[in-house]
Amino acid sequence: MTLMQKFLGAVAATALSAGAALAEPALIFDLGGKFDKSFNEAAFNGAERWAKETGGTYLETVMQSEAQREQALRRFAEAGANPIVTTGFAMSDPIAQVAPDYPDTMFVTIDGWVDLPNVKVIGFTEHEGSYLVGMMAAMASKSGTVGFIGGMDVPLIRKFACGYAQGVKAVNADANIIANMTGTTPSAWNDPVKGSELTLSQIGQGADVVYAAAGGTGVGVLQTAADEGILSIGVDSNQNHLHPGKVLTSMLKRVDVAVYNVMMAGTELQPGIEVLDLAAEGVGYALDENNAALVSDEMKAAVDAAREKIIAGELAVHDYTSDDSCPVLTF
Amino acid sequence: MERMPKWADVVLIPLISLLLAAVISGLVILAIGEDPINALNLMVKGALGSTYGWGYTLYYATNFLFTGLAVAVAFHARLFNIGGEGQAMLGGLGVALVCLYLPWPHWSLALIAASVGAALFGAAWAFLPAILQARRGSHIVITTIMFNFIAAAFLNWLLVGPLKPRGAMDPSTARFPEAVHLPSLHEILAPLGISFSKAAPANVSFLVGILACILVWVLIWRTRLGYEIRAFGHSEPAARYAGISPTKITVITMLISGGLAGMMAINNVMGEAERLVLNATEGAGFIGIAVALMGRSHPFGVFLAAILFGFLYQGGAELALWTNIPRELIIVIQALVILFTGALDNMVRMPLERLFMALRRRRA
Repeated sequence: MTLMQKFLGAVAATALSAGAALAEPALIFDLGGKFDKSFNEAAFNGAERWAKETGGTYLETVMQSEAQREQALRRFAEAGANPIVTTGFAMSDPIAQVAPDYPDTMFVTIDGWVDLPNVKVIGFTEHEGSYLVGMMAAMASKSGTVGFIGGMDVPLIRKFACGYAQGVKAVNADANIIANMTGTTPSAWNDPVKGSELTLSQIGQGADVVYAAAGGTGVGVLQTAADEGILSIGVDSNQNHLHPGKVLTSMLKRVDVAVYNVMMAGTELQPGIEVLDLAAEGVGYALDENNAALVSDEMKAAVDAAREKIIAGELAVHDYTSDDSCPVLTF
Repeated sequence: MERMPKWADVVLIPLISLLLAAVISGLVILAIGEDPINALNLMVKGALGSTYGWGYTLYYATNFLFTGLAVAVAFHARLFNIGGEGQAMLGGLGVALVCLYLPWPHWSLALIAASVGAALFGAAWAFLPAILQARRGSHIVITTIMFNFIAAAFLNWLLVGPLKPRGAMDPSTARFPEAVHLPSLHEILAPLGISFSKAAPANVSFLVGILACILVWVLIWRTRLGYEIRAFGHSEPAARYAGISPTKITVITMLISGGLAGMMAINNVMGEAERLVLNATEGAGFIGIAVALMGRSHPFGVFLAAILFGFLYQGGAELALWTNIPRELIIVIQALVILFTGALDNMVRMPLERLFMALRRRRA
């Protein structure tokens, strides 16, 4: 009985402090982990930058399993967090379920797709960014064979692969492109060992540049590429510093900028669809002191020219998700 | 001769074990630099302080109720069913097939059919380990564990391939139709004038779980089959001598056990997610073992233990959200509860027995 009384006392004491609503933003990291050095970590960096500049605080949680997504969304919404930012396409369906119950809360899906009045959708033109790093891969390759290692086999990752392949073919029409996916479930975002094995296999087939679009799995790809003395291309975050002089470049997907902007807007955030493309610097390639020696002037000039052309609309890169097919690569 | 009164055995020992587990968990929380009192407050507030918290606590408790009963029934025949996880996954498949491919006019009919589907699929998954144990002597612990992995791989294949709607990126089935939506506690209690959180997933399957508790009690203590199961559990040679077929009892017990584990899916798949996702069981099959241990394989004990573990689960989720205490710590607390109630039972029991004996002697 004493235990029960203690419980009841605790309930009464804490119930008093529960009323106050907080308009803090919340950030939910999907499977793959917060510190994947790639996609989720970019979101974390954006939130940290916001917190540092404004002195604000935000709520965060990391998903451990598929079944937790809806509870996390509801919990933050119930607690009054606004906006609630989520990373990864898999949050789309839970958001579609939860958002109608909290019409005054803004939900943000990065990479997802939800058509509701209180949801902001943020997408990126990953195919354009991948096209640019594909050109660089083809120019850096001596063997004429380049590799692509994707995470989970979904249309989004095929979009990366297809853009990359188009960039490679634009430089060297005879180039051979080997594309592999790590898996078909979300665990493929965090499987560096498999990433390493796939890299070894691609090296065995003659690849001397590999592009990893695989979240935390990419850490294994970049490591193995560095160990075996070939070049690699990072993704989402700038990963050049992981192996200085051995990572050709990184395909930047500025998830950090997206999260930063959303948190800056705070409760004033407007719903709708925002696509961050080359012109908006939502995607691009990374150039810093770690890869300066690897990127020749000629390479840089060619890529920058292509970038200008894409922005001007003179060059169209095919988007895999527009028709679920790729003209230059079969999966 | 009874060494101590029944109430001490049923209530006092689990409570003391629980308290010991709580104290040690508090020390662990202290060791990672957080305030244990604050943590307890958060857990209690988050799990029991609002109808929202209760809704989640009861939702998790419903899962553990089914898997706990599954393990408890098998325990009575001295069969250790570790395969609740896999059987519940397959139960999810049964529910998904019933809900997706058959048109239902009303949720009540769909619930009955889904329960049958879930129980059939769960029981089918328990059948092979059972027959292997009964006929070949392959140990049920080993086979049921292995069947968990097969179930996970099988569902993985189904959700990535045949069951995934075209064009979807997420490995899961399509949404179930509106007609099979199970009423949540909010919808059940609203006509009675009781307000309950709309957001919480606790639903009508909690009542099904309570019904299952009663039926299991009737089965074990009030039927001939239940008597045979218990007799077989106490002594196989004696049961055989009495004309009870070990093969038959092993298989039937495991079918009931698997069916109960599978029925968990009406709560998590049909009641909450309303589609089948990967890892839908979230380890409830394993927690069922702890629940059955703590509940001493009695349906009422299982009920109480399921509520306790529901509280730990929901409280743990709250801890992970609002503090730097990782969600994994809840697994530590659960492990401590299992350690004290299951493995170190005698540590509490023997001093208590001595105490009661001493009291009795003084009175005499």
